[in-house]
Amino acid sequence: MDDREKLNRLRWRCTRRAMLEMDLLLGEFLERVYPTLSPAQADAFVTMADMEDLELWPLVNGNREPDDPVQAEVLALLRNVRVK
Amino acid sequence: MSKLSVPVRKFDAVIVGAGGSGLRAAIQLSEAGLKTAVLSKVFPTRSHTVAAQGGVSASLGNSEEDHWHWHMYDTVKGSDWLGDQDAIEYMCRKAPEVVVELEHFGMPFDRTDEGKIYQRPFGGHMSNFGEKPVRRACAAADRTGHAMLHALYQRNVRANTQFFVEWMALDLIRDQSGQVLGVIALEMETGEVVAFHSKATVFATGGAGRIYYSSTNAFINTGDGLGMAARAGIALEDMEFWQFHPTGVAGAGVLITEGVRGEGGILRNSTNERFMERYAPNAKDLASRDVVSRAMVTEINEGRGCGPNKDFVLLDITHLDPATIMKRLPGIREISIQFAGIDPIKAPIPVVPTCHYQMGGVPTNYKGQVVGDDGAPVRGFYAAGEVACASVHGANRLGTNSLLDLLVFGKASGDTVIDDLRSGEIGLRDLPADFADRTLARLNRLNTQTGGASVNECRLELQRTMQKHCGVFRFKDMLVEGVAKIVEVEKAAAHTEIKDKSQVWNTARVEALELDNLVEVAKATMVSAEARKESRGAHVRDDAPDTPANPNGRDDVNWHKHTLWHREGNRLSYKPVIMKPLSVETIALKTRSY
Repeated sequence: MDDREKLNRLRWRCTRRAMLEMDLLLGEFLERVYPTLSPAQADAFVTMADMEDLELWPLVNGNREPDDPVQAEVLALLRNVRVK
Repeated sequence: MSKLSVPVRKFDAVIVGAGGSGLRAAIQLSEAGLKTAVLSKVFPTRSHTVAAQGGVSASLGNSEEDHWHWHMYDTVKGSDWLGDQDAIEYMCRKAPEVVVELEHFGMPFDRTDEGKIYQRPFGGHMSNFGEKPVRRACAAADRTGHAMLHALYQRNVRANTQFFVEWMALDLIRDQSGQVLGVIALEMETGEVVAFHSKATVFATGGAGRIYYSSTNAFINTGDGLGMAARAGIALEDMEFWQFHPTGVAGAGVLITEGVRGEGGILRNSTNERFMERYAPNAKDLASRDVVSRAMVTEINEGRGCGPNKDFVLLDITHLDPATIMKRLPGIREISIQFAGIDPIKAPIPVVPTCHYQMGGVPTNYKGQVVGDDGAPVRGFYAAGEVACASVHGANRLGTNSLLDLLVFGKASGDTVIDDLRSGEIGLRDLPADFADRTLARLNRLNTQTGGASVNECRLELQRTMQKHCGVFRFKDMLVEGVAKIVEVEKAAAHTEIKDKSQVWNTARVEALELDNLVEVAKATMVSAEARKESRGAHVRDDAPDTPANPNGRDDVNWHKHTLWHREGNRLSYKPVIMKPLSVETIALKTRSY
């Protein structure tokens, strides 16, 4: 799978989710922040995008913290996303 | 691609959609030993059923006396007497059975101290035919939909249901006689187009809430089943009826709970006026949902909206003590910051009435069979859940009946498929020679189109048109203009251009195909709404006001009937509401008041 294909698959998985809130947040993150991530952070984001919404939502809201330090870095960026 | 190169896979049953109704139907079919395929745009547990938090209703009577007949009465009343009483009786009678079954599938319902399913009160749930509130809603904390999907999915894994994940169904296959023979679908990972040739096809594709600019629906809800059905010549029923919530974040659609007004939140217009004082001098901002929504729309329509386009009002909690906001409304502060870019402690939240649920859909009977214009079942075609119109929700859905609808009619459609196969009513028939032509032409058009409109711009235009012309409160002239505008949008959408022409993971193509479906639903909604010259349930018109002759604007003499929208000719016909239940007396027409 080439980079375009991988990115499109990720885009689909970020913007066709169970909850509108997550479509909006992950979609925005993908466009604005994802291109600036380190390779390790990008991998961590892909893993997080594969989580279910009700697993990810408490992490985004700060009601839970991830065990993985790289995920924590990505999460800090995700928590700052503003959907306008 | 020529049709010769469209591979064909054969199944006993193909189910499109893997939310609650699709998974429930699949259990019946797979456990009966049928070769069953379920197609889904996403992994099943990512379906929008997850967003249903409130619960599922059933007259179990675990906490106090309850009866399915009382549940039926509440549902008929909620529907503003537009629901079909045979289907409503069927659903309410079946509710205890399907809820207990779900418990046996492993659903972690909240429990009473004695270990029974705990039941809580919910708006509109009453005992003894509207007398007093009753506890009828069963829930799994605030994750009912999520827990339900997981229980149903696990059961399907056990039953060897075959899942096709990240596949989009594109069109229904019908033969000359009108029998449905399956669907044509696109695999996103390969770009391959495949025919799923089946004896039975079940649509469980969910709603189309994305036709509105402001919608609580996730992006996935593009009405694919409705688009496919309409293109295949199936009329869509009661599409003018959409449930709205008064306060969604303007632009984003994310819900702001009614609790914000309960805590003292005030709605303001562009002159900073607390406008609800004019519309509801006593209840003010705590007036009922429909009153608040109508007032908001009137303010916007009369030029007192806020922002550069004057298209929202403000929900103000800046006068509340920040400590109260942090303590009582923490989630709302986060949502406002994330989705409106404002901190509600410092500035008011932009809000608009927001689309939530689709009452209309593909016409079905209470067995889950899709019915044609003549009222007879379309052979080989079934539907359940939000895509279907049984019609149990009529002009307005009673809370917690959406999850019940999934379970009851998901199961019923599965059982009916089994019956129809056994009786020989349906079977595998040859595919017509031209089965893929229309779909391939659509794909070919997208692959070769140059100089066309952008999919995003077209979708935005469609959503803005629906929001402005056919929102929660409707006006004659706006609807008439809306019909003309939506036809213009359709013309542009017929010439959308995608820059990416590749095969593998071409999400631009998928979004263009989703837009085709949104267009069909938008036309059906606008045309049906323009024509219905009364107010009923969720369809409220300025020119059909509350009068002694027509309480709440409802005109039973002329409009107590179901709308059918036909894609060909963009025209309407009507059919009677089924007033005769299966075993009990008709619940006679009455003014709906709470």
